Amino acid sequence: MNQYDAIVIGAGHNGLTNGAYLAKAGLKVAVLERNPYIGGATVSRELHKGWWYSNCSYVSSLLRPEITRDLELPRHGLQVVSFGGGATFTRNGDYFGNYSDHDRHYREMARHSKRDANAYDRYAADTSLQTKLIRPYLMRTPPDPTSMRPRDLRDLLEFARSFMDLGEEKLLDTIKFWTASVGDYLNEYFETDAIKAHMAGSGIIGTALGVYSPGTAYVLLHHYMGDVDGNVGAWGFARGGMGAIADALSKAFQSYGGEVICDANVDEIIVKNGRAAGVALKDGTEYKAPIVVSNLDPKRTFLDITNPSDLPKDVLKKARNFKIRGSSGKLNIALDGLPVFHGLDPRNRLMAGDLHFSDSLERQERAYDDWKAGTWSKDPYLDMMIPSLTDPTMAPPGKHMMSVFVQYAPPKVEGREWTDEDKDGFEKSVIDQISNYSPNFRDLILHCETRTPREIEAEVGLTEGNIFMGELTFDQLLFNRPFPGYAQYRSPIKGMYMCSSGTHPGGGVMAAPGANAAREILADLKKPNTVPGGYADD
Amino acid sequence: MSYVSRDTMLLTTPFHSRVEAMCDLNDWGNWMGYTTPNAYFDVELEYFAVRSTTGVFDLSPMNKYRVTGPDAQRYLDRLITRDVSKIGVDRVGYAIWCDDNGQVMDDGTIFRLGEQDYRICSYQRADDWFAWNTLGFDVTIENESESIAGLAVQGPTSCTVLTLLGCTDLNQLKPFGIAHYSFEGRPLMVSRTGFTGDLGYEVWVPPESAEALWDQLFELGRDYLIKPIGSYALELARIEAGFLQANVDFMPAEEVVRVGRTRSPFELGLGWLVDFKKPLFNGRSALLKEQQQGSRYRFAMLDVEGNKPAEHSFILKGDKQVGTVTSAAWCPTAKANIAYAQIEMPHGAVGDELVAEIYYQRELHWTRLLAPCKVIDAPIFKSPKRWQTPAPPH
Ligand SMILES: Cc1cc2nc3c(=O)[nH]c(=O)nc-3n(C[C@H](O)[C@H](O)[C@H](O)COP(=O)(O)OP(=O)(O)OC[C@H]3O[C@@H](n4cnc5c(N)ncnc54)[C@H](O)[C@@H]3O)c2cc1C
Repeated sequence: MNQYDAIVIGAGHNGLTNGAYLAKAGLKVAVLERNPYIGGATVSRELHKGWWYSNCSYVSSLLRPEITRDLELPRHGLQVVSFGGGATFTRNGDYFGNYSDHDRHYREMARHSKRDANAYDRYAADTSLQTKLIRPYLMRTPPDPTSMRPRDLRDLLEFARSFMDLGEEKLLDTIKFWTASVGDYLNEYFETDAIKAHMAGSGIIGTALGVYSPGTAYVLLHHYMGDVDGNVGAWGFARGGMGAIADALSKAFQSYGGEVICDANVDEIIVKNGRAAGVALKDGTEYKAPIVVSNLDPKRTFLDITNPSDLPKDVLKKARNFKIRGSSGKLNIALDGLPVFHGLDPRNRLMAGDLHFSDSLERQERAYDDWKAGTWSKDPYLDMMIPSLTDPTMAPPGKHMMSVFVQYAPPKVEGREWTDEDKDGFEKSVIDQISNYSPNFRDLILHCETRTPREIEAEVGLTEGNIFMGELTFDQLLFNRPFPGYAQYRSPIKGMYMCSSGTHPGGGVMAAPGANAAREILADLKKPNTVPGGYADD
Repeated sequence: MSYVSRDTMLLTTPFHSRVEAMCDLNDWGNWMGYTTPNAYFDVELEYFAVRSTTGVFDLSPMNKYRVTGPDAQRYLDRLITRDVSKIGVDRVGYAIWCDDNGQVMDDGTIFRLGEQDYRICSYQRADDWFAWNTLGFDVTIENESESIAGLAVQGPTSCTVLTLLGCTDLNQLKPFGIAHYSFEGRPLMVSRTGFTGDLGYEVWVPPESAEALWDQLFELGRDYLIKPIGSYALELARIEAGFLQANVDFMPAEEVVRVGRTRSPFELGLGWLVDFKKPLFNGRSALLKEQQQGSRYRFAMLDVEGNKPAEHSFILKGDKQVGTVTSAAWCPTAKANIAYAQIEMPHGAVGDELVAEIYYQRELHWTRLLAPCKVIDAPIFKSPKRWQTPAPPH
C-alpha cells in the first residue's frame, strides 16, 4: 500500500514545491511531515484567539513569480499584498524613513544629508548590477566547476562571460563586493549613521555575522533579489500569514494527485544495494519509493536521517563542517491597539513597513559582539513589522499583530542549552528596546510567542535555529551549496536527493530549491521537465 | 487683479477638498474635464488596498442619465442590446448600446430604480444619442451627472465599513443589487457593483453629502485599513479582472473617423449582451447579419509568457500580423502577464497560440521580444468574494 514513485521528507515550502513538480510530471508522490501541520518555517498559526502569527518567516519577497504563476498559486488561494517602506528610529527622537517613491525617498534622505540622498542613486545602480549577475541563476542548477559534461561547461562559460563582460573596473568592484562587509560597502556611499544602519540590516538578517564581517554585502543582495524588474507585488505579506504560501502549494500539489501525510516523523532513509528504497518512520511505518527527497537541512539529512554506513566519509565530513549557526530569534505579539513611536505620525504609511531601532553600524556590531560572547544581544537589532496594518485577517479590527525578528540570539547560551530564564531574558531585552521608543507599547501586549533558536530548532527542525538552513556566505553558495561536488541536488546515494534551503539558491521563502531539485530528478528519470525557466532579466 | 483667465480650469468633483487633502503625491489627471488623482500615495499600495482591504475611488465624473416615463423600459429596450425587462427593480445590469450599424458606442450600467424609472451610468457623454432615441417614446431623459456624487468602495472589508456607516444588512445584498439608506437626512444609495473584480460597492449621494460621506467613511474605515485610490491603481485592477474600457479597448462608434475602426459587440467578446429575441433594437439587423456572415475581429484575452507587459504590441501568427493589443499589464495578484487584443478572424479562438511582439526600453536601449501567448477563456483574477452572499467580513 505505502508504495510511491517518490517520497519527499518534510512539508516545508520547498518540499511541497518539489512534490508538486514531481506530481505534475505524473509521479505518485507523498510528502511526509513530522508536525501535525504543514509549512515548516512558512506557517501561520492562531496561538492567541483572533490573532494569527506568521510564526517564522514573515515577509514574502523572494518567492519566484515563475513558480507562483506556473503552479497557479493565486487560484489556490495565495494572495501576496505589498507593503511600502520602513523606518529606523533614532535615539534623538527622530527617524529615517525609507519611502518606496523615489522622489519622496530623496527628500527624506536629504533631510538627513543631501550628499547621501544623491549618492543613493549610485548605490542603487551598483547594487542592482550585482543583483543582475546572480538573479539569472536562481531558477537554475548551479554548474559543477569540476565537471566536463557539456551542460556544466556551457553554464560555466556563460557564468564566466557575464562577469568578464563587466569590464575590468566593474569586475574588480564585483570581486570586492562578494567578499566585502556590508558596513564597508555602505561606508563607500553614505555618511549618515541612521541611513547606513537602516540599509545594513539586510546584510545580517539570518546570518551569524556582524555588519563588519566579510561576506555580509552578499547577504544584503540575497534580500534584494526578489524584487523583479519593477514588477509590482514582488514584495509583501502573504494574506493570512506565510502559511498561505504553504497552503496554496499544498493545494497545487494535491491538484496533481499528490498526498500530504502529517504526523509522519521520518527516522531513517532506507537504502538497499546503494539505492534509496524508501523511508521508515519513528513509529515503524515504512513507505517505499525509488526516489527519496529530503527537505531537511544538510546536517539533518546526512547526519540524522541517513545511516552513516550508507554514506562516503567525505560527505559525512562535509556535512559535519557545514556552517549553520543560529543567530536569530523571534517574538510574535498580539497587541490591543496600535503602538505609537517617537517622532512618527501613526498614520504615516511607513508604520506598515519594516521598523528598526539600531541607528548606527556601531550599535549593530556591538549587538553581534554579544552573540560572539555566547549570549543574546542586550541592544538587539530588530526587524519589526505590523502586518495587521496591511492584512485585516491577522487580528481583530483595531487590534494588531506584531512580528519582531531579533538579531542576535546564539544557538547555545555560553556553551550550554537555553533555559526558560534565558528565554525570558531574551524576551525582555527586545520588549525593553521597543518600549524605549514607544511609550504605550508595553501596555498593549496581550500575548507574546517568544522563539529562541531552541524553539526554532525544536518546532521547525532547523538545526541550531539557522533560518536559512546554512549561512549564505560565498563558501556555501552556488556550486558550494551545500558542499562542493553535491550542489546539483543529488546525494551520493542513488535515488536520494536534496531540495531544501540548504541547497542553491539558498534560504528564504523562494521555492527555487524545491523546483530546481525536481528538474534534476525528472531529468534522471528521463521524464519531461515540468519546471518553468526563470524570467529573462534585463 | 489676476492677469490670467481661469475659464479653462478643470472642474472639481464634490469630494475635491477631501481628495486633495489625501493626495500626497500631488499627481493629477484629467478625467472627463475633472481634476482627478492619478495616484494618491503609491500606486502599488493603492491597488493592494482594493485587493486586501478597502479602496475608495471618486467616480463622480461618470455620466448619469435618469430615464423615466411610461415608456422608459420600452425605450431602453430599443436603446440597448440586452433584454431590459430582465433587470428587476433595485437591480443593476451591465449593458452596451450600438449605433444602427451594430457598432458599440459605449458600455455602462443600468440601475432600475422603479417600475419605469432607470438610471444609466455611462463612461461617455450620451445626451445627444439618448435624446434622438426618444422619438416615438413617452419618456424623459435627465442628465443627472452633476447632481449625484459617487464613490466606488471596493475590496474585502468594504461591506464591513459601509455597514458601520449605517448600511444595515448590506452583507445580504446580492451582486448587482441596490439598497437605499439615508445619510445625514439625505438619500444614500448603494449598489453592489464595481470595476475591480472584488467584493465592492458604489455609493451614490447628493453632492451636498459628499464631504461628510468621505469623512465618515475614512473615520469608520480606519480599523479596516481603508485607503483612497487613483486612476492608475484602478486601471491595474480592471485589467486583471477583465473589464473593457471605452477609448482604450474600443472606440465609441460615433467618434470614429477612419473606416473600419469601430467594433461590434461580438468583436469585443460581448455577444452575450445581445438578445435577438427582442424584435427591435438599435443595430439589430446589422448584428444579425454579422452573426450569420461572421465578424471581422475577435476580442482575445492573452496569457503572455514572461513578465514584460505587452503594451501596444502587435500580435503575430507565424510571420503574419493578426492583431494589436489594447490593454496590458503584469497582474500583481494573479502574477500573470495579461493582454487584451483585437485579433483578425479566424485567429484568436480560445487556446490559440500566438506571439506578442513586445518592445521595451531599459536605459534608453530598446529591445524587441517575441513572447509566445495563449488565448484564455476567462479573466485571470477571480475573487470568490465578488459573488458571495452574505458578503464576507474581510
Ligand atoms: C524566524 C524565521 C524568520 C524568517 N523570516 C523570513 C522572511 O521573512 N522571509 C523569507 O523569505 N524567509 C524567512 N525565513 C527563512 C525561511 O523561512 C526558510 O528559509 C524557509 O522557509 C525554509 O523552507 P524549507 O522548505 O527549505 O524548509 P522548512 O520550512 O524548514 O521545512 C522543513 C520541513 O521538514 C519537516 N521535518 C523536519 N524533520 C523531519 C523528519 N524527520 N520527518 C519529517 N519531517 C521533518 C519540518 O517540520 C518542516 O516542516 C525565516 C526563517 C525563520 C526561522
